[in-house]
Parts: sequence; C-alpha cells; structure tokens
Amino acid sequence: MAAHRCGLSLVCILIFSSLAHPSSCDTLEKANDNTAEKRSISEVNTDGSVAGEALNERQWQSTDAEVDRSDSTTHSEALTPAAARDEFQEELVIRPLHSGDIYASFQFRTLWDTDFLQEGQKVSHYRLFPKSLGQVLSKFSVRELHISFTQGFWRTMQWGQPFIPSPPGAELWVWFHDTVSDVDGNWKELTNVLSGIFCASLNFIDLTNTVQPSASFKPLGLGNATDHRFLRYATLPREIVCTENLTPWKKLLPCGSKAGLAVLMKSEKLFHSSFHSQAVHIRPICQDEQCSSKAWELRQTLNVVFDLHTSGQGKKEWSLFKMFSRTLTEACPLASSSKVYVDITDNPEGELFELSPATPLLGQAVVLGDRRTYSVYDLSRAETFGQLRSFNLLLRWKGDSGDMLRPLLHAERYVAGFGLQTGEIHTVIYNNHPYRAFPVLLMDSVPWYLQLYIHTLTVTSKSRDNKPSYIHYQPAKDRHRPHLLEMLIQLPPHSMTEVTVQFERALLKWTEYTPDPNHGFYVGSSVVSALVPSMVAMRTNFTQDQPLFSSFVPVKEESSYFVRVYTEPLLVNLPTPDFSMPYNVICLTCTVVAVGYGSFYNLLTRTFQVDEPSPPLSKRLANLIRRMRGVPLLT
Amino acid sequence: KTVCDLNLSSVLMNSNLVHRADSFFLATKMAAPLTLLLIVAVTIRAVLFRSSWAELISERVEVVSPLNAWKRVVEGLALLDLGVSPYSGDVFHETPFMIYLFHFVVDYAEIVFMVSPDLVFCLSRFLTSLKQKYALESDRYPADCLELLRSPKEMFYIPLKVAMFYLLNPFTILSCVAKSTCGLNNAIIALFILCTLKGSALLSGILLALATYQSIYPLTLFAPALLFFLQRLYIPVNLRRSSFWFFTLQYAFIYVGSLVVITGLSFFLLGSWDFIPSVYGFIFSVPDLTPNIGLFWYFFAEMFEHFRLFFICVFQINVFFYTIPLSIKLKEHPVFLIFMQIAIISIFKSYPTVGDVALYMAFLPAWSHLYRFLRNIFLVSCVLLACSALFPVLWHLWIYAGSANSNFYYAITLLFNFGQILLVSDYFYAYLRREHHLTHGLYLKKKDGTEATLVLK
Repeated sequence: MAAHRCGLSLVCILIFSSLAHPSSCDTLEKANDNTAEKRSISEVNTDGSVAGEALNERQWQSTDAEVDRSDSTTHSEALTPAAARDEFQEELVIRPLHSGDIYASFQFRTLWDTDFLQEGQKVSHYRLFPKSLGQVLSKFSVRELHISFTQGFWRTMQWGQPFIPSPPGAELWVWFHDTVSDVDGNWKELTNVLSGIFCASLNFIDLTNTVQPSASFKPLGLGNATDHRFLRYATLPREIVCTENLTPWKKLLPCGSKAGLAVLMKSEKLFHSSFHSQAVHIRPICQDEQCSSKAWELRQTLNVVFDLHTSGQGKKEWSLFKMFSRTLTEACPLASSSKVYVDITDNPEGELFELSPATPLLGQAVVLGDRRTYSVYDLSRAETFGQLRSFNLLLRWKGDSGDMLRPLLHAERYVAGFGLQTGEIHTVIYNNHPYRAFPVLLMDSVPWYLQLYIHTLTVTSKSRDNKPSYIHYQPAKDRHRPHLLEMLIQLPPHSMTEVTVQFERALLKWTEYTPDPNHGFYVGSSVVSALVPSMVAMRTNFTQDQPLFSSFVPVKEESSYFVRVYTEPLLVNLPTPDFSMPYNVICLTCTVVAVGYGSFYNLLTRTFQVDEPSPPLSKRLANLIRRMRGVPLLT
Repeated sequence: KTVCDLNLSSVLMNSNLVHRADSFFLATKMAAPLTLLLIVAVTIRAVLFRSSWAELISERVEVVSPLNAWKRVVEGLALLDLGVSPYSGDVFHETPFMIYLFHFVVDYAEIVFMVSPDLVFCLSRFLTSLKQKYALESDRYPADCLELLRSPKEMFYIPLKVAMFYLLNPFTILSCVAKSTCGLNNAIIALFILCTLKGSALLSGILLALATYQSIYPLTLFAPALLFFLQRLYIPVNLRRSSFWFFTLQYAFIYVGSLVVITGLSFFLLGSWDFIPSVYGFIFSVPDLTPNIGLFWYFFAEMFEHFRLFFICVFQINVFFYTIPLSIKLKEHPVFLIFMQIAIISIFKSYPTVGDVALYMAFLPAWSHLYRFLRNIFLVSCVLLACSALFPVLWHLWIYAGSANSNFYYAITLLFNFGQILLVSDYFYAYLRREHHLTHGLYLKKKDGTEATLVLK
C-alpha cells in the first residue's frame, strides 16, 4: 500500500513539474514524436524490412522485461514511453591466439535514438543510457568521445590486430560540436569531469599534452566534420589502470556486474593478465541504411589477454571459470541480444582444439580484412545453460598451434643515442603485404621538453629516401603545447620504413619534474593509421545483425579496411638538477652577483687616498686633553 | 673652468690631427703582419670546419646557446620551408633579419662565419686613437708619470695585438667553428665601435640600433657612444647647456629612429609581431634552462616559483643598472666605458657563450698599460684557464658518464663568472688607479716623507 502511495505521489510530482518546467514538456512532446516515428517504422514493416521488424520486436521484449520492475518505474514509464527507444546488446568474443594466449573481448552497446545536442531540448529521462555520460555529452556539446584505459602493451607481432586498438595508459579524443566557441575551455572541464567519472588522472590532461591532429583522427560516427579545431586528442602514457577504474566503468552498464556477461569481470582475474584495456566510445550513428534516423551509440569494450599457457602447468586448456573464476548463468535481462563467440577459423575440422559444450550455431564475420568463423552461443536461450543452469565454456588443445601470423601493418619505436643531451626517435613501420603498397598516416605527439629538430627528419624505406607526401608539423611552445608531427608515408610492398628525428632534452625547473625523476619521462605512442588492402571483400552495406566486434569502424570501400596501430610509448631520461639544492643555489649565485656588485660599488663610490696611519691611542687622548686646554696639539 | 676646457680641446684637436697622419702611417707599415695573422686565423678555421670536430663543437653548450645555435637557424629555415612560422615554436630565437640573411646565404654559411670575425679586426686598427692623447699630454702630467704613458712604439703594436687576441682566441675560434651567430653580433658591435671611434654619428647610431635589435643588451652602449661623441665635438657634459641637449637628442633620434625602422622592416618581412615575444621575451624571461656558462640557468631551475618573477627582474636590471654609475664615473673615458659595458653584458646576460667573452677579451691588449696596476691577474688567468678546461670534463661526467651531477657543472660556471668579475673589476681598479697617478704623480709620499700606499676610501 505504501508503495502505491509513493508511486501516486511521484506521478503527482511529475505532473506538476511537467507543468512548471518547459523541459519536462519537451519529454511529453518527445513521446508524441515517438509515436509518430513508430508509425513510420510500421510503414517500413509493410515494405518488408526484416531489420525494422526485428528491432521492433526487441524493443517490445525489453519493455516486457521492464514490467517486472517496481511499481514506481512502471508508473514513470507509462508517462514517458520514449525511454523504450533504447536498446542494449552484449557479447563476448574469445579468440585463441597463435602464441597460446587467449584474447577475450567484451563488447557492450547501448543505442539510444535521442539527440543530446539539439537546441533547446534537454534530455532528462534516462533508461539504459548512463545518465552521468548523457549529461556530460549535452553539457559540453560533445559530438564524439573515445576514451580508453590500457594496462600493458598489445603485441601486434604475436597477437595480430585487436578489434579496437588502444595505446598503453589513458587515451582520450573528443570531437566537439561545431557550435562550441571555447573548445579549450570545454575540453579542460570535460577532462576534469571524466576524471571524476572514471576515477582516473585525466585531470592531468592540459594544453601541454593536448594536440589537434589534422588527419589521423577522423570522426567514426555520423557527420564528416573535417575542421580539426573541434578535435582534441591527448594521451597519458604513464597512467596505471586498476580496479578503481574498472568499477566505475562497470557501473555504466545497464545490468552493472550483477547479470549477463559482466559477472565475469572480477578485477583480481582481469588484472592478472598480459594485457588489459577498457574503453568507452560514444558517437552518433545511423539507425538504418538510409540514415533516416540518428541514434547515439555507447560502446563499452573490455579487451583482455590471458597468458594461460604458462600459468596452466603446461596443460593447454582453458575455460571461462579458469579465466574469470566465474561461469555464466544468465544473460542480462535488459539486453536485446547476448552472445558468446569463439573464433574457430583455424580449427575447421576440430583437429586443433575441442570446444565443449559444442554448439550447432556457426557465424561468419569479416573482420580486419579476414573472414572468420565463429561458434556462437546465444545466452538468451535457456538451452545454452544446460541442465546445470550454468555455462562454462571449455577448450582443450589437441595439436600445436600453427605458424605465427604476420600482421600486414606493424610499427615499433625506440630512442637511440646516449647521454642526456640529445637523442633520436626511431619509428619503424613494416608493410608485410607481399605486393601492395599503401599509404599510412603517422602521428607523433612529443612533449615540449624534448625539443624536436624537424630538419633532421628522415624517412627511408628499402635504404632509399622516401619523402612524405604530406607533413603537418606544429612545433612545441615551452610549457604550453607539445610537438605534433603528422605525415603521410607511402609504404612500398614488403618493406620496412624507418622514420628518424633528432631531439634535444631540456633541463626543467625543479618543480616540473615528476616524482622519481630519474625513472624518466613517458612519451605517448605514435599512431599509425592506414587503409590496409583487404584479402577479402569488406562488407560495406549496413546491417543490424552484424556482430558488434566487426562493426565498430565504418567501412567505406570493399577493397580495404581501416587499421590503427599504436607503437610502444617511450621512456626518456632528462637531465635533472639537484633537488636538495634550491637554498644553496640561490645563496651561491646571489653571492657571485653580489661580489660583482660590491666590487663595482667600491670602485665607483670611493676614491684613492694616501694611507696615513692613524696616531696611537695615547697620542690621541693627549691631543684631546690638549684641545680642551687650548694648548697646541702634538703632531 | 673655461681655460681648462680650452686646454683640453686644443689637446684633443692636436691628437686628432696626429691620429690622421698616424693612421696612414699604420696602414702602410702594418699590412704585412696583419695579413699574415689573417691567413693563419682563416686557415685554422677552415681546417676545423672540415674536421670531425666541427660537429662536436657545435653541440657544446658553452659555445652555443638557444639564442645563437646554428642548428636552430637551420631549423628555423626548415620551418619556413614547411610553411610554419619559425616563431610559432620555441626553437628559433633569431631576429627576422637573420632568417632573411641566411635564407640567401645558407649554402655559404661557413664563409659568412669566417668573414665576420675578420670584420672585428678592423676595429683593432682604430682602437688606439684615444690612447694617443696621453702621449701628447705628457707635458701636463707630473714628470715621474712618463713611464705610465705608452711609447709610440708600444702604441704601434696595439692594433696587431688586439687582432691577435680576437682572431686567435680559442673562444672565438670555437664559436666561429660552431657557426654560432654570436660571431655576427660581435661583428656588428665591433663595427659600431669602429664607426664611433671614426666619429660617424649616423653610422654609429644605426649600427647600435642593429646591435640592440639583435640582442637587446647593447642598448647600454648608447651612453658611452654619446659620451665619446660629446668629447669629440668638445661639448661638455652639462645638463644646462643647450648644445649638449641638442646633440644628445640628435644621436638619440638616429638611434631610436633606426631601431623603429629596423623593427618595422622585420614586421613587414614576416607580417606579424611574433618575433618580439619569441626573441626579446625569450631573452628577458629566461624560459630555456639549458646549461650554459652564465649564472641564470641553474639559478632559475632551482628557484622557488613565487620568487621567480622577482629574481628575473633583479637579474635583468642588474645588467642595465651599472650603466648610470659607470657613465658618471668614466664620463671622460668613453672607450674604457665601452669595454666595461661589454664585459658586464657578457657576464650577466641571460644566455652567455664564450663568443661574448672573447669580444671583451679582445680589448685587453688595448689596456696593456694598466698591467702594472693589476692586483690578481695571475689568479684570474689561472681560474679562467682551469674553468675552460673543466667545463667539458664536468659536462661529460654529468651528462654522459652519469658519475657527477648538475652541481659539478654549476660550480664551474660559478667559478668562471667569479673569475670574470674579478678580471673586469681588476681592470677597472687599475684604470682608476692609473688616472689617480697621472694627476698625483706615480711615487706618492706620506706626510712624513716615507713611501705611501694608496687605498680606496
């Protein structure tokens, strides 16, 4: 009864507030809009669009799931059916890597067809989309936001390409809406807010490590903004990622870590791994192929690589329980689809490894220029969980894994030279394609305390000079902004291209050194972005039922696919002053200046005189008495 | 007073006439040794340019500073080629004139750097002009002072000595081989001194403006140049005389006018005022703390943040401050004042290099007559020599071997500057003492007839 009264009072409050605030009226109007849109979808249905139907059905399913919730929720939902227009999907992709490691990639996607940036409209009702992020988006007029926290370095040579690459440390890049006037101000506030949301040191992002790449970071979502004044990119290579970053990240999920795939995310297991990367990508995307309606996509990904081979006492087998110390018992009730994919491309006949439980469902996806086959487990079906009501995927290796795969594009970087005065950054980019040349965009953001000399830039491939066709260079300003070097380099087939540039190390003020200054300073990864020629035709057409992991980067043409490779971050030593010396230095230098001043002062104010020795004391006393007596003085 | 003025002016007029005759005499008889010296100097430089040492030398922090490193000039030109303003970054701190000079002669840079110090030696030939007055004034001084005056023979070799001191000074050679633009700045200052001594107020004003434009500090040379012209034109330094004000304003107008024209031209060359903060802001606010032989780098690396501005002001005022008292004290001796000013600039400027030190050291042979009054020249030369040797050693220990730390290098810069201060103040002392002896006699007696000692009181 109390619950009912509570619900009633809530309805009353809602009605009053809707009368009082125009923003609430908007939500009501929005509801009307929605019914109109729904009608349009049903019209599409009559045209025979299967996708639309499926979408509609899912929505109804998810609202059904909602009915089970508490009374008050049902009440408010009755008022704003708009909330039903968002959708949540989750999936887990497991790929046994050639090195014997296991790559597990979680993908969570929330789609919401609202517009945060529309003028005069304030979105105040949130259902699946996290409110904390939605408010951030609308407050700072963010068009696209990509943030990743990574612990460890992705070894492209051993592991191939990840689904979504990320550099070690924290990376944040944001496209602002082109109505923003003070982009730097917004950026500063945004980093501070995100720092709070993700419990990370993003507040250390300031102008000294922010760049505006001109070509490397194009928006991944709708809208082909090209004015890089509205783009901000920053990395914090020193950022350590740990549990305190994972917990707020998990909270953004509609089911939290209570149900669905997210129950597997136990931090003590996730961080006991070779590589851990968690990311949030927010962007506007098209709902359908015609792009008649826009939706906001929130994609949360978590990639982790387990080294089970060495920790598994020589036995090459793994299971969900071994990796995550949990098994799956249910899908997230709010999810419209919940699937587990296992990559079995290298194991078509089951000669390499054995999967249990076996699944009759097979899926194919074209991802990163390759056609892969997957065993698919649909968690929304009860039979997946079997008799035990628990799903524990088990894989037993039979044979040895095949050859190492050589990724088509690979890059690495190191610092050459000795001493603390100068040095040279070497970036080596490999094109392993046997017969195709392709261009890559190399982006380097170097902190100001490494003074780059652009005239020493050399690009050589196959021991010949390879002049970049495009160079965008922005020199650093001391204590204000970093160097930004972007260039377009044509990589000849099957070649190694080496980019070198010399730098000079600066001596900083003693307060500008980080704690433990002799550890060195980190320089963020260089970013190599390329359209790599694809072995198979990429799917350019838009389909809703594509697996999430293969649909992140939009594909523009069939013959090539987009790849981004991050190199190692650099650790560079700088000369250090003696930190215990400030008082001594101030005293000693001032003494020398004072010696100069004093000797000049002496010579300027005094004159030369003959040194007459002063008479002895007795004589002076006698003279004093004589003067009083008026007697002539002694000489 | 007027009698005294007249007397002085007649003496000066005499000296002027003799000087003209003498310079002709010099030009014919000095040509051979000077040419030989020039050939030797150019050969040394050419050999070093071609050797593998050149690269090593051009990286030395003692020889090049962020203001004048050749590497940064090349970087500025590369930025210009990329379509980026050289001043948009913090690498290039040369003036716009330098960009345009090197834009055209970048391939002949070595020649430019070899020629520029040779310009300086022209200075040497005219440095004597003022000294000669003592030779003529001998009748005015007490008889026992004659040994303080230089014989014409001594005077004769001074230009050669000055040229030798500059051209064969290892500091100059290093700075020339490193292609430090400091050599060009020195050449401008030398030409300015030459024009001043030759009495061309217009050229002197223009060159002084150019020197100021290059590195702001030569601003303080305005006072000695003005004093020299006043003395030359027999205008007494008297604030109530209209002739004094007339000439001062005239010279100031030439100076300020050419400074405005040069700065305006730079603006039109680049189309922006970016070079002002990038060149002069950089000199004044000392943001680059790369070690050098000066006093600024370690001091401001270790400075407490809230005192930084205060100490920057104090240290920069320190450079300019000495102009006023020195001009008052040395108003009769503008050439020595020029020397003092250049020395003070090169000790206390924000990014000094050995090239700056070499410039004032070139004057030392001109004061060879002060030698008997120097108190600790032996100590100072030992300190300077030891420091010059220890700079690369301690730098290596700190930066490459990692077995020393910054304090070692800092200690040597302190000692080096201490030595320089001692040297300059010693010469100042000797100059003043000689002046005193010239008026009071060399062998002073006490009241009781015993030998007296001179003290500063």
